Amino acid sequence: MKKRLSIFFSMLLVLSMFLAACGGKGDTGSGEKGGDKDAGKSDVPQELSVNINTEPPSLHPGLAKDATSGTVLRQTFEGLTRIGEDGQPHEAAAEKIDISEDQKVYTFTLRDATWSNGDPVTAKDFEYAWKWALDPNNQSEYAYQLYYIQGAEDANLNGGSLDAVGVVAKDDKTLEVTLANPTPFFLELTAFYTYLPINSKIAEANPDWANDAGENYTSNGPFVMTEWSHSDKILLEKNEKYWDADTVKLTNIEMIMINDPNTELSMFDNGELDWAGAPTGALPTDAMQALKDEGRLVTKSIAGIYNYKFNTTEGPTANVNIRKALAHAINRQEVIDNILQGEQLPAMGIVPPSMFPENEKGYFPDNDVEKAKEFLQKGLEELGYKEASELPAIVLSYNTSEAHQKIAQAIQDMWKKNLGIEVTLENQEWAVYLDKVHSLDYQVARMGWLGDFNDAINFLEMYRDAEGGNNDTGWESKEFQDLLAKSATEGDHDARQQMLKDAEAIFMEDMPVLPIYFYTNNWVQAENLKDVVVSGLGDVQYKWAHFE
Amino acid sequence: MAKYIGKRLLYMLISLWLIITATFFFMRIAPGNPFTSEKQLPPEIEANLNAHYGLDKPWYAQYGDYLLKVVKWDFGPSFKYKSQTVNDLISEGFPVSFILGMEAILLAVAFGLILGIIAALKHNKWQDYTAMIIAVAGISVPSFIMATFLQYFLAIKMGIFPVARFETFMHTILPALALASTPMAFIARLTRSSMLEVMSNDYIKTAKAKGLSQGVITVKHAIRNALLPVVTYMGPLTAGILTGSFVIERIFGIPGLGAHFVTSITNRDYTVIMGVTVFYSIILLASILLVDIAYGIIDPRIKLAGGKKGE
Amino acid sequence: MQISKDKFQLVGTKISEAEKISKPSLSFWKDVFIRFRKNKLAMFGLVLLAILIFMAIFGPYMTEYDYATNDLTNKNQEPSSEHWFGTDDLGRDVFARTWEGARISIFIGVAAALIDLFIGVLWGGISGYKGGRTDEMMMRFADVLYGVPYLLLVILLMVVLGQGLGTMILAMTITGWINMARIVRGQVLSLKSQEYVLAAKTLGANTSRIMAKHLIPNSMAPILVTMTLTIPNAIFTEAFLSFIGLGLTPPLASWGTMANDGLPAIRYYPWRLFFPAIFISLTIFAFNVVGDGLRDALDPRLRK
Repeated sequence: MKKRLSIFFSMLLVLSMFLAACGGKGDTGSGEKGGDKDAGKSDVPQELSVNINTEPPSLHPGLAKDATSGTVLRQTFEGLTRIGEDGQPHEAAAEKIDISEDQKVYTFTLRDATWSNGDPVTAKDFEYAWKWALDPNNQSEYAYQLYYIQGAEDANLNGGSLDAVGVVAKDDKTLEVTLANPTPFFLELTAFYTYLPINSKIAEANPDWANDAGENYTSNGPFVMTEWSHSDKILLEKNEKYWDADTVKLTNIEMIMINDPNTELSMFDNGELDWAGAPTGALPTDAMQALKDEGRLVTKSIAGIYNYKFNTTEGPTANVNIRKALAHAINRQEVIDNILQGEQLPAMGIVPPSMFPENEKGYFPDNDVEKAKEFLQKGLEELGYKEASELPAIVLSYNTSEAHQKIAQAIQDMWKKNLGIEVTLENQEWAVYLDKVHSLDYQVARMGWLGDFNDAINFLEMYRDAEGGNNDTGWESKEFQDLLAKSATEGDHDARQQMLKDAEAIFMEDMPVLPIYFYTNNWVQAENLKDVVVSGLGDVQYKWAHFE
Repeated sequence: MAKYIGKRLLYMLISLWLIITATFFFMRIAPGNPFTSEKQLPPEIEANLNAHYGLDKPWYAQYGDYLLKVVKWDFGPSFKYKSQTVNDLISEGFPVSFILGMEAILLAVAFGLILGIIAALKHNKWQDYTAMIIAVAGISVPSFIMATFLQYFLAIKMGIFPVARFETFMHTILPALALASTPMAFIARLTRSSMLEVMSNDYIKTAKAKGLSQGVITVKHAIRNALLPVVTYMGPLTAGILTGSFVIERIFGIPGLGAHFVTSITNRDYTVIMGVTVFYSIILLASILLVDIAYGIIDPRIKLAGGKKGE
Repeated sequence: MQISKDKFQLVGTKISEAEKISKPSLSFWKDVFIRFRKNKLAMFGLVLLAILIFMAIFGPYMTEYDYATNDLTNKNQEPSSEHWFGTDDLGRDVFARTWEGARISIFIGVAAALIDLFIGVLWGGISGYKGGRTDEMMMRFADVLYGVPYLLLVILLMVVLGQGLGTMILAMTITGWINMARIVRGQVLSLKSQEYVLAAKTLGANTSRIMAKHLIPNSMAPILVTMTLTIPNAIFTEAFLSFIGLGLTPPLASWGTMANDGLPAIRYYPWRLFFPAIFISLTIFAFNVVGDGLRDALDPRLRK
């Protein structure tokens, strides 16, 4: 009897597992439509499937602070301006933009448009959104994007009044913005996600409106979000209420979250994705050569730089000549051709060529070993060494990643071969690494910078003060600071460009940072997919996209 | 029995408390914090964030708060995913991992048992060798390589299965196979060896002598006793499959809980690390307990009370 | 038929003959070895292991190429007479790296298994034998550690203590021994109430003698089976850590890091995945069949 019972018990165990498995499967199995895309040629379905890599941390414009969230928000929301196919900002939610003589007051006249639930888009929605982000109680990590507005920084950091912030809804259709300084790139900023409007009616009533797709998640862009399966996929549908709905051809966009470049490319090759690679995903490096040979790889340069930072406060890298020697002794082109394989541009300057075209050549030739040896000799003398072999080994740090590791290894090799300098590699996991770099606990450290907006200041101002920000090198220069300060109030475009250019020259003379290459975006896309717009900052827009 | 279970539950709670405490302090030792980022925040904002999430309080206050919240089954908000609480993450991710895991366990147990029993019954015959070669081959290939091969050959080259994701039943087959291969092989070996052991016992010989048929002996005596080690293995297997599915989930792009397991540590998303650890620990502890109980029921030789003296 | 007495002859008794045992006496291990040798699969595994270990020791010296030197102009070369296993994406010789990797991977596996074995047998043996309160306390402690999700602990440790061979082995063994301890304890529990142990006890054998002479040897089979799984498990865990980017620091090569590097290359440069993958698999295969063979050979009940 007892035996029977135990058999029964174990059977039950197995059975319950089986049932659990089946029951669960029903959930995922049912209600899914097979997304077959091989419909007839005459009537091509306008359904796009892309990979956005990871779950967007937040789809609240005021809380978003990363590229993935930005990618989704750019399709679902409409700012005062939108970056067009030509890369320039164009009127979007704003119909007309008036700029005052001193370039500090912008008056935006909104066009007649509605939110996806039919509410009108008003100037108040903008004022509300911007002040919401600036309110310190809301913990917006990207609020500093709004600091160009008068009183914004004060309100966000120092307890200043939000009423003193220079953004006022004059009436339903008029928004007046007062800036702290003339900011020539302000109309580009108004296309950025921190500047997007929020449906104030809904947000005031329901603070958690942005947590999920649904009734409360209203937007005013070309698409609306209809489903958000966290860590799985996001579904967008064309927004019929969008003011420019006629331009929008795609009916549906599926954004899936696959965090593996191989799988991404495989899905693309299997027809399950219409796009693989940058800017939303990534391509495996090993596939680059083959994709290039097949003529499928698309390459576009973007405003971003990959560089090695020097600790200028101590050790051999405190010596400017040693820094220069290291900078001259690497063969960037070889690294690009053999390791990165994405047609990147060797960087011998710090500002991307899209902002300073001269930087395609840069301040010195790539792989100038002779010059490097001269600098090394000078540096060694200053440090009191006779030969490079006496120099203590330099520690090159990078955060754990295959790509960084390969580059570091190649450069380690070059420094050894060309200069006779011993280099030890050291890698840490990302958060540990950032902590070390931010606290100057390194000698040479890898860092990258992707432009937030299309202006040289974005690549220079982080080096203004030795302390804080994203300097990480301990370097500071009075001259450099003065030039940046002057450029902030300069209204004339060319004069301002020149000041920034001069600042960069000072920077490169001291070489606190060793530029390696300017980023490119590489991807493959479905042959019949047209007019996906990738901007110079690597931002993607599907507003104009369609299948032929 | 009830007393035994009560006692075990109490121990489970103590274990859980120790795990929570250890993880809590471990995490605080790790360099970096949830707001470390490439583009550094103004210190004022970071301070504001720390205050908002209670990270500015002394450690004992944070620790106390956290324990209190866990008791209420509230794991707090995720620092990284602003739109979700840790409870959301678990309740959305776990069912997916669970379904995948159960499918894999079913596959592993079913095929493992069959292979093991065949091998034992045909000891030292070709069936034995074939079964064991299959089993050992399953153990010999790391799951991520197995997954890549399956994906490459069956999905990309032959196009029989979808490459990735978790949409329909077809989508689940490859990941479940990849996940099941190692435990299946393990179960096969375990079954085989314990079957062989059992078959050499006197009572089996007695049964044979009594004239019972091979089939009856196998089913009534051998398999039942041979199942013991397999049952013991079910606890670690369940936990292992659920937590170890991370690799498979990543390769096949499956939105399970496994992914949060590793990324939360990279992100220093304290609440998620804690929540996921506590959750997995509960599952692990519960499955160990269940297995022990099941073990006691199946094997009369083991006394649950733990063999008091003078038995 | 008539049988007469004179057809028989009395030979008498010889003491030496009477004492003679016709089958030569064998020591336990000799017996094990004879039985092991009969198992073809196990022998094959043993030979395979010997070859792999031989190559791990001498392999790196068989080629003029060094495992760490980059040669970007010769990257991703197919296997050839020059580079026997081809080159990887930095132009490093895969043959040299494979055997360098063998050293590290096998070292990790064996080190982890030995540490597990040592702690596990000690802990499980004492716990199971002593029983009562001691057992309860020791097993509770093990349970606490066991309740910590293994991978999470490994990852946390790698992050807190930094990546490296030492950390990795520590992380693997910190909970790895528990399995061994549980199995030894279970075995001891069921063995200690068997008649021969009771007999030994009655005859006055002390704890350590009973442990060493009766309990541990008779638990050898499950211990060995567990060990043959600990080694591959450690090799797997190492590979897994490489997969999530917490592996060894380059240019150090292990099979795990190599396989992980080779994964994306499966379509274009398959040899970069093929060689590390095949050798991981062969090694684990070998450990497994040798373990199986040993288990069969060690188990007197399976004697024919």
